[in-house]
Amino acid sequence: MRVMAQLAMVMNLDKCIGCHTCSVTCKQAWTNRAGTEYVWFNNVETRPGQGYPRTYEDQDKWKGGWELNRRGRLQLKAGGRLKKLLTIFANPLMPSIGDYYEPWTYDYDRLFSAPVTEDTPVARPRSLITGEPTKIKWSANWDDDLAGAPELAPADPVLRKVSDQVKLEFERTFMFYLPRICEHCLNPSCVASCPSGAMYKRSEDGIVLVDQDRCRGWRMCVTGCPYKKVYFNHRTGKAEKCTFCYPRVEVGIPTVCSETCVGRLRYIGLILYDADRVAEAASVRDEKALYEAQKSVMLDPHDPQVIAAARAAGIPEDWLEAARRSPIHKLIFDFGVALPLHPEYRTMPMVWYIPPLSPVVDVLRETGHDGERAGNLFGAIETLRIPIGYLAELFTAGDPEPVRAALRRLAAMRSFMRGINLGGERDESIPAAVGLKPEEIEEMYRLLAIAPYAERYVIPNAHAEEGARLEELATGCSLDYEGGPGMGGPFGEASGLPAPVAVENFHALKERQATDDLDRASELRGRVNLLNWDGKGAPDGLFPKRKDKS
Amino acid sequence: MNALDVTLWVVAPYVALTIFVLGHVWRYRYDKFGWTTRSSQMYESRLLRIGSPLFHFGILVVALGHVGGLVIPKSWTEAVGVSEHAYHLTAVVFGTVAGICTVGGLAILVYRRRTVGPVFTATTRNDKLMYALLALTIVLGLAATVVANIVGGGYDYRTTISPWFRSVFYLQPDGEPMAGAPILFKLHALSALVLFSVWPFTRLVHMLTAPVGYLTRPYIVYRSRDDQAGSRPPRRGWEPAGRP
Repeated sequence: MRVMAQLAMVMNLDKCIGCHTCSVTCKQAWTNRAGTEYVWFNNVETRPGQGYPRTYEDQDKWKGGWELNRRGRLQLKAGGRLKKLLTIFANPLMPSIGDYYEPWTYDYDRLFSAPVTEDTPVARPRSLITGEPTKIKWSANWDDDLAGAPELAPADPVLRKVSDQVKLEFERTFMFYLPRICEHCLNPSCVASCPSGAMYKRSEDGIVLVDQDRCRGWRMCVTGCPYKKVYFNHRTGKAEKCTFCYPRVEVGIPTVCSETCVGRLRYIGLILYDADRVAEAASVRDEKALYEAQKSVMLDPHDPQVIAAARAAGIPEDWLEAARRSPIHKLIFDFGVALPLHPEYRTMPMVWYIPPLSPVVDVLRETGHDGERAGNLFGAIETLRIPIGYLAELFTAGDPEPVRAALRRLAAMRSFMRGINLGGERDESIPAAVGLKPEEIEEMYRLLAIAPYAERYVIPNAHAEEGARLEELATGCSLDYEGGPGMGGPFGEASGLPAPVAVENFHALKERQATDDLDRASELRGRVNLLNWDGKGAPDGLFPKRKDKS
Repeated sequence: MNALDVTLWVVAPYVALTIFVLGHVWRYRYDKFGWTTRSSQMYESRLLRIGSPLFHFGILVVALGHVGGLVIPKSWTEAVGVSEHAYHLTAVVFGTVAGICTVGGLAILVYRRRTVGPVFTATTRNDKLMYALLALTIVLGLAATVVANIVGGGYDYRTTISPWFRSVFYLQPDGEPMAGAPILFKLHALSALVLFSVWPFTRLVHMLTAPVGYLTRPYIVYRSRDDQAGSRPPRRGWEPAGRP
C-alpha cells in the first residue's frame, strides 16, 4: 500500500443556478491574458448541451482518455508512445479554435470617433485572433439555458447515447447546470500524453500541473484529456490548465471558484488513496464497474492500518486529521451521494458531483403531484427513464443504479427534513427506506444545506508555509523598501528575478481575511493588488503618497 | 589558401559553433519559458497536416544523409564493400526525394504562414529571418545536389567537403579542400553557418528538445512541490528548509 493524499472537490448540482460567477472569477484570476482569451479553466455547461469545447465528450471523435487493449491493459485511446511521436508534427486530434470559439472584443472606439449621423454608432465585434471584424457564431456557453436547443442539443454526445430512438421532446425536457474544472485525476491521461514530461501530479496533494519551463508545446495533452481541460496558450505556445488555485490551497484557503460560488455548492477536502492500485482499478473490464473500482482505491482515513501506512509514507498528522474531517469522504462514502464525472474515461477523476434531483421534482410538480413527498419522489426516480439515463451516462458509465440510489437519498433527506420543519413529525421509515439512520440524514442535511465555510472547505496547509512566508518577506533585496534605491528590479518595476508564486501575497491575503484589524497593510510592501483587495480599510499604496509640503 | 578562405572555412565555423553552443546554454538558462515550438495548429490545421509532416520527415532524412556523407569517412564505407557508385546512387536518390519533400513541405508552410490571417499575425520578425535563412540553406543544398548531378557528372564531396567538416571537429581545421569546392556547395555551407549562429535565438531550439525520452519514461509523472518551488533554482542561501 502506497498512501497518497489528494485534494478533491464535490459539487452539489441541485444548488447550481448557472450564474457563471465561478467561471468569471476564475477567468479574472487566471486567464485574463493574451493567448488565453478563449480559455475557461472553469466553465458552466447547460445539460443537455454540447459543452465546451463543442461535443468534447464524443471520444470516438476526440480519442481522449484511456481504453483497454486486446490484452486488457490500459493504453491511451489516441495511440501509444510511438504513434504520438510520429504524429507530433501535426496532431490530427487537436480541437481548433473554432471548436472552442473565436474570442472577440468590440470596436468601442467607434462609439466615440464616429461622425455625427442620424444612426447611433455601433461597436462592431472584432476577432481577438485575427484582429478583423468578425461575426459572433459561438462561445463557451452559447447553448446556455437550452438556447437553440432544438438544433443544438441533439448533438450532445451524452444525449445521443441515452436516446438513440427517443426523439427529444422539448415540452417535457429537463435541464441542469454542470460546472466543470480540471478533474485532477488519479490516472491522468494528459500527464501520460505529454512527450516532454512537463506535466506532473504533485505527490503531496495530487494537483495536476504543467511545468511552464518544460512544456515545449507538443499539444498532446490537449488530445489526451477527455474532459478537454488542458488548453493551448496560442501566444506563448505552452499548455495551461486549472491549477486548483494551488497558491491559495497551500495556505488553506479554497479555490477562487469555490470561494465565490454564490450557491455554496462546492466542497473541498482530502482523500487518501492507494497509488499502487490505481492502474489495476482503472483497468477493470466492465465500464459500469469503474465507479466502484475507483471507490475501492480510496482509503478509509479512520482505519488504523491506513493511518500507519500514511505515516510511513510521510503524510503529516494535520493532513491525516484533515482527511478524517474531509467533507468529500463523507459525501462519497458515508452518505453515498457523490458520483464521478465520466468514469468510463478510466482517468479516475477527482471532482465528483451530487446528481441533481431537480429534474425529477420538476416533472412531478408539472404533472400536479407533490414534488416533496417521499413516496412520489421514490416512484418518479424509478420510472423517469430519460433524466435518470442521462445522469447515468454522465456519472456512472450508464449504470442507473448508483444514480437512483443517490437520488433516493436526496429525496429521502428532502421529505424527512420537510416533515420535521413543518409538523415536527419524524417519519423514521423514510431514512430506513434508503438505508440510513435518521441522525445520518440530519448530518447529511447539515453538510448539504447549512454547513459553514470551515466545514465545506477542510484544507490543510502545505508544509512549507514558513518557508514561503520568509520568501515573501525576502523577495526583493535589502534595499527594496519603498522609495529605496532598490525599489523594483534593476530595470524598474517587475524586472529582475521573478517573485515566487506567492507574489499575490496569499499569506497576507489570508491574514487580512481572518483579522479584525483594519490596518494590516504593511505586509503588502506598499503595493496593492486590487484583485486581492478585500475592501477592508484603505491599504497603504492604494492612493499615491501625499507630497510633504514642508 | 588566401585570407578570405581562412576566414570563411577556418574562423567562421568556430564562430558559428561557439554561438550555437553557448547560445543554447544561455537560452536554456535564461529563457526556458520561451523554449517552445510555438505551434500555430490552433489557427489552421488543414494545410499544416500536409506541410508539417512533409517538411519535418524530409528534413530528418536529409539530416541523416548529412551524417552519412559528412561524418562517416569514405574509407569506412569502402571498407565494408560499398562502392563509390553505389553510395552515390543511394545518396542522390534518397537525397533528392527527401530534399523535394522538404522543399515542398516548406513551401506549403510558408504559403500557409503568409495567407492564413491568424498565422501571419502570430509571425514575428525573428520568425521571418529564420524562415529566410532556413529556406535559403535548404534550397542551396538541393540546388547543389541537383546541379552537380545533372550538369556535371556528379561531385564527390566526400573527398573535399567531408574532410574539411571533420577537420573542424578534430580541432585541426583545414580549409584547403573546401576552397576548391563548387560555388553552390560553398554557398550552402556558408548559409548553414549563418543559420547555426542564429539558431539558438529562434524557435528552431525546439529541435534540441525532441522528446525521445517519452519512449522510455513511465506514463504518470509525480513531482514533489519541494523539488523546486519557483521557476528557477533558489538563490544561494534561500533554498527551502526541510519539513518540520
